Amino acid sequence: MKFPYNEKVLEHFRNPRNVGSIENPDGKSTEGSPACGDMVSVYIKVDDKTKKLKDIKFESYGCASNIATGSIITELAKGKTLEEAKKIDWKEASDALGGLPKIKTHCSVLAVDGLRAAIQNYEEKHGLVKEKNPTTKEIVLKRLKHVMNPLAGLDLVRTNLIDNIKIENGTVEVMVSLPGDHQFANNIGEEIVEKLGSLWDVDRVVVKFTA
Amino acid sequence: MEKETIYLDNAASTRMDERVLEAMKPYFFDIYAVATSEFGYSLGIEAREALDNARAKILSVLGNPTGRLIFTSGSTESSNIAIKGVVKKLSGKKGKHIIVSKIEDFPVLNSAKSLEREGFKVTYLNTDKYGLIDLDKLNEVIDEETILISIQHANQEIGTIQDIKAIAETCSKHNVIFHTDATHSFMRVPINLSELGIDLLTVSAHTIHGPKGIGALYVKEGVPLAKWIDGGFQEFDLRAGVENIPGAVGFAKAVELVTEEENEQLKNLRDYLIGKIQNEISDTVLNGHPEKRIPHNANITFHYVEGESITLHLDMRGFAVSTGSACFSKSLEASHVILGIGGNHERAHGSVRFSFGRFNKRDDVDKIVEALKDIVKQLRVISPLKGGKAR
Repeated sequence: MKFPYNEKVLEHFRNPRNVGSIENPDGKSTEGSPACGDMVSVYIKVDDKTKKLKDIKFESYGCASNIATGSIITELAKGKTLEEAKKIDWKEASDALGGLPKIKTHCSVLAVDGLRAAIQNYEEKHGLVKEKNPTTKEIVLKRLKHVMNPLAGLDLVRTNLIDNIKIENGTVEVMVSLPGDHQFANNIGEEIVEKLGSLWDVDRVVVKFTA
Repeated sequence: MEKETIYLDNAASTRMDERVLEAMKPYFFDIYAVATSEFGYSLGIEAREALDNARAKILSVLGNPTGRLIFTSGSTESSNIAIKGVVKKLSGKKGKHIIVSKIEDFPVLNSAKSLEREGFKVTYLNTDKYGLIDLDKLNEVIDEETILISIQHANQEIGTIQDIKAIAETCSKHNVIFHTDATHSFMRVPINLSELGIDLLTVSAHTIHGPKGIGALYVKEGVPLAKWIDGGFQEFDLRAGVENIPGAVGFAKAVELVTEEENEQLKNLRDYLIGKIQNEISDTVLNGHPEKRIPHNANITFHYVEGESITLHLDMRGFAVSTGSACFSKSLEASHVILGIGGNHERAHGSVRFSFGRFNKRDDVDKIVEALKDIVKQLRVISPLKGGKAR
């Protein structure tokens, strides 16, 4: 029999490690969306003193390489310090799996992004962001690139749905050029609040649908 | 020995029937000459007769229409000849507008796109949620510039059967040439060309347990068509090259072997599968039309899980099926059919096509549904989407 992945990938796909969610996680993230294809959620528990990852779990709505990468990064990250875990990249995950097909990079990068975003979420919530630069439009746009437009399967920025962004006294206002009764307006609104709400100097996120 | 695969991807291709091979063999080893004219030598005359008989056999199951059947290398070539051949022959004199449906298979869709790049205007007709085109809409988009309409008989992924009789009537009323890709309906659904006003029809052998590499294009009398391949005068001077006589003989044999009982049996297997999945697995949707569908196709979306994960798990357990998920395709694009019928990416992402053939048994359905129950459950446990929304 000839399978499209190597034995190690298949083994992680069949029996993924550290699957599930963590109640009251110290940090969590969701990358991708059902619309763009793959989606991964990462949950972490952090030892406040040592800054080591005590526990890590993941969930995946994705293809085999997404599931296998989610599995391997939780193995690689567990017990590491946040600084060490942040350095885990796609190459390391792919090598640990004995190689992933190039065309599947996108699906597996998502899992790596998920780990980094969960760590960032923890750092933001615990005031650990070292460079406390004030939030700018560029920073907001960068984050909105991770909010998907389910109809296009691409993010809001690439599909030109961001009308305007206003940042004032800890309030970020995002104008999205979709009608308020759009079938995905609620989901998109929630995702924007989640992505921006954890920024260190943001107290309030307001999403307005302007079309 | 490896475990035998339970193959449920017969829409992609089928296992050839041994009887087809037996019918083909003499044309490799005994009557291997090219088809000569009636004044050639005996081996060549015998070859020509075999080719003529194969052609007549296929035309007979299509209702013996007055028109020609051109053998090709398969349905991709047939559809290319039909669309580009008509356009080339008319050379823009009659107009430069073409209409196709949004959910056509790639040979038609990409032939239309290629002409679009050359300056033709192409209308990609929407369908309803079942994959059916709207006749009123078709009537509306036909204009004086329209020269060709290509709308499939049955869909390759979701199996929906169009009302080609009505479409053909519409085309004929407007004096527009009508091509239909019948690759997925041929021999599974009756097609009587002497009753239907179809100008061009694409069929293939490998989807009905015949050999790969042979298909045909039916061309009604008087339909303008440019020569496709230059060379000799074979295939009515439309497609040059030494004829694939073993292929043609195999194609005709494959046609001969399909029976009404077989189609009834395929329908039973399909309905058994659909019913079983709907009863035993939650959160599924049948894609395509509940009744107007080819007898051997079922296409089902399993919510909250991704199709490539399902097919890989199935593969590891010895089942072959395909999915409309982007992750499965070479292009990493989600199924244009599921998106075309108004489904979202999630619906395409979790869609699985099951297609039956001659060698499937009822037991195959029992086995695959057992496997699916386990696989879908396992994938839903690790999915962040539960009950339809992310937590």
